[in-house]
Amino acid sequence: MSGYLLRRVGLMLLTLFGISIIIFVLLRLVPGNMVDILFDSAGMVDPAEKTRIAAELGLDKSIPEQYLVWMSGLLHGDLGFSYVSEKPTIEEILPRIPVTGRLALSAIGFAVLLGVPFGVISAVRQNSGVDYGLRVLSLAGLSIPSFWLGLMVLMAFSALTGKLPVYTEAPASMLDAVLLVAVPAMTVGFRSSALIMRLTRSAMLEVLRQDYVRTARAKGAGAGRVNFHHALRNALLPVITVIGLETAFLIGGLIVTETVFNIPGLARFLVESIRNRDYPIVQNLVMLTAFIVVSINFAVDLLYAALDPRIRLGA
Amino acid sequence: MAMKQLGLGGWALALTLATSVALAQTPKSGGTLKIYQRDSPASASIHEEATFSNNVPFMGIFNNLVIFDQHIAQNSPDTIRPELADSWAWGDGGKTLTFKLHPGVKWHDGKPFTANDVKCTIDLLQGKLADKFRKNPRKSWYDNVQAVVPNGDLEVAFKLGRPQPSLLSMLASGYSPIYPCHVSTAKMRTAPIGTGPFKFVEFKQNEDIKLARNPDYWRAGKPYLDAIEFPIITNRATAMLAFMSGKVDMTMPTEVTQAIRRDILKQAPKSVCVTAPTNVGLNLIVNRNKPPFDNADLRHAMALTIDRKAFIDILFEGEADMGGALLPQPEGIWGMPKDMLATLPGYSPDITASRTAAKALMAKAGYGPDKHLAIKVSTRNIATYRDPAVILLDQLKEIYIDAELDVVETSVWFGKIDRKDYTVGMNLTGNAVDDPDQSFYENYACGSERNVTGYCSPELQKQFDAQSQETDTAKRKQMVWSIDAQLQNDVARPTIVYGRAATCWAPDVHGYTAMTNTSYNGYRFEDMWLDR
Repeated sequence: MSGYLLRRVGLMLLTLFGISIIIFVLLRLVPGNMVDILFDSAGMVDPAEKTRIAAELGLDKSIPEQYLVWMSGLLHGDLGFSYVSEKPTIEEILPRIPVTGRLALSAIGFAVLLGVPFGVISAVRQNSGVDYGLRVLSLAGLSIPSFWLGLMVLMAFSALTGKLPVYTEAPASMLDAVLLVAVPAMTVGFRSSALIMRLTRSAMLEVLRQDYVRTARAKGAGAGRVNFHHALRNALLPVITVIGLETAFLIGGLIVTETVFNIPGLARFLVESIRNRDYPIVQNLVMLTAFIVVSINFAVDLLYAALDPRIRLGA
Repeated sequence: MAMKQLGLGGWALALTLATSVALAQTPKSGGTLKIYQRDSPASASIHEEATFSNNVPFMGIFNNLVIFDQHIAQNSPDTIRPELADSWAWGDGGKTLTFKLHPGVKWHDGKPFTANDVKCTIDLLQGKLADKFRKNPRKSWYDNVQAVVPNGDLEVAFKLGRPQPSLLSMLASGYSPIYPCHVSTAKMRTAPIGTGPFKFVEFKQNEDIKLARNPDYWRAGKPYLDAIEFPIITNRATAMLAFMSGKVDMTMPTEVTQAIRRDILKQAPKSVCVTAPTNVGLNLIVNRNKPPFDNADLRHAMALTIDRKAFIDILFEGEADMGGALLPQPEGIWGMPKDMLATLPGYSPDITASRTAAKALMAKAGYGPDKHLAIKVSTRNIATYRDPAVILLDQLKEIYIDAELDVVETSVWFGKIDRKDYTVGMNLTGNAVDDPDQSFYENYACGSERNVTGYCSPELQKQFDAQSQETDTAKRKQMVWSIDAQLQNDVARPTIVYGRAATCWAPDVHGYTAMTNTSYNGYRFEDMWLDR
């Protein structure tokens, strides 16, 4: 097990190193840099002024030199300064982590709580009205774009309750605080729940046909025990993989949701920073995202190993 | 008799109504005004930015020497009012402008404001100090200022190279705040310090901007508001829902289209919405050094094929105006009269006749039904640029020009224009001050940084200087119209239309005047109050 762990950690570090190079180089290959954008916004074209600002921001150095400066800073805990706000990058990123973290966790929590039980019910009641209803719901979840769903939810909320769960100031009450997270979380989590529901259903259908499930039933085990204890436990492996992947990919969904619900989180900030070519913010933020994704994959691998002894032994 | 018929009850009612109206108009102190902000400004430094996204939230922090009257919708030299300067006087044949400064003014950090701060601000704008702006988009406004000379703490003189009456108008713009000498440009970009009615509290990128009342403001009793908050809402649909549901008290100025205005008035009928010109001109840029457009006939043919009414109807639902280099009358002060405008290429209401003439010019250049000219029309990848470019493509087809749309990302747009790596482009130009000097020197003068087409006419340059020195407004207007006509005849940068847009606010918001010939100068907010 320790050898397996060491190999996984080594692979994780190697992946992060590769990602850091890709992020850094790609960002600089995109046409237009921060200085171009600064000048664009002011409608200026004086090349001497451009050179002066490029030097001020360290953009006159070669790409490998810039990379070494970044890496060395990263290893010493110095993430640099935002070109736009001129504040330390860490000060810009840190306050936004809990905002997006709360939203992402709530969204994935909602997706699991909705997707897994409904997937089980759909499988157990295969080809019944309930199954058809849930399959339509899951198809809708996969088909409806989240920006449209978000706007519809906002309009409905505004029309029916007079409240608008949009972030314009710190929430005044506990209810407001809950709404500000819950409504966008449900909007963004709806798609993931649909995916989880469909996957749980198909995994459950396969497991429910296994001999040991029939044996459990023959031995007189109740439907709940058979479905949730024996069958679901064995059907969960692919579902866990998808939950891990969905958590990692949630950042993409959050960009739209954070924009529609005006949430001052990391995803919207990342897009804005890319638009401004604010390299220190973008590269550190993408590294953070990569770290989260790689860590989730690592956690999923560990969970596999814990759930399936064959993986441990194989290792 | 009529008075008698009113009776005692009627008089009581009338008095009550009159009193309530009077009370409603008496400003109340307190409250927080919320205005949504469409985007996160690049910085908090007004001098370094060229968008009203910066003026709206930050103008309240500062004062100018002089300012356009915040309650008169049309900015003009006659509406310039004292601010940090109590008075001003021209001397030395119009070559010296002396300001007497208001005593006892303090910066938000408690330090005294002096004439030296005025000198520092202009020196910074002219790049004379060691500490420099990152960007200095309006440097050309001060080209004629040779020196700023303080005389004690409360008097300062601007020494000019030649008379320039318009300098006062430029100093009255929202783009001309006085900066403190003792604060670095870097600090001004992140946490600005001013002498204005509101103090900077915070600017969180993509989240909000907050200002708080300056309790030591040198104008006693002002401002009325305790605070102003600008939540940054980038999604327009969300922003409008936030306004209609009362989460914000006011839309960002000029951000409301006619369709949205109708929706707002349907959903929140008590809202007040004012539509006004933005003084942002949609214009055609033609690379006159690049074949085939080095041929003046082709440039002229392009100008003749433009159907401005189609742009106005399709893009603005009729809420836009035709004009030349300067905003058209009546909201614009310097725009050409309509009958004069109609004589210029592409402005005639008879579009068929114009296009017939355009086709003749195309034929002269060797193009016709059997030989079309293929070009690319470049534009920024923003809807306000892209949509009119599509209409232009259609109109160019009428004269055998097959144009393809070349959509350019914002980050590379100016670099492309700078390299003159385009043939024809669709562009937008905002004018901060409705003034010929601002427009001519910034957009058409030889060598100006913002003269994106590189148009240069030494003869017109002389005329720019001549009108700039003219103190007789009527005479100057004639000169300006003549220059404007020559620019249009020369197809220097044909203006297609000037759009109009609306601003909406809740009925209990008072003291705001939507400007009609600028989008940049009306945001001091010190007289705004909430009837709550």
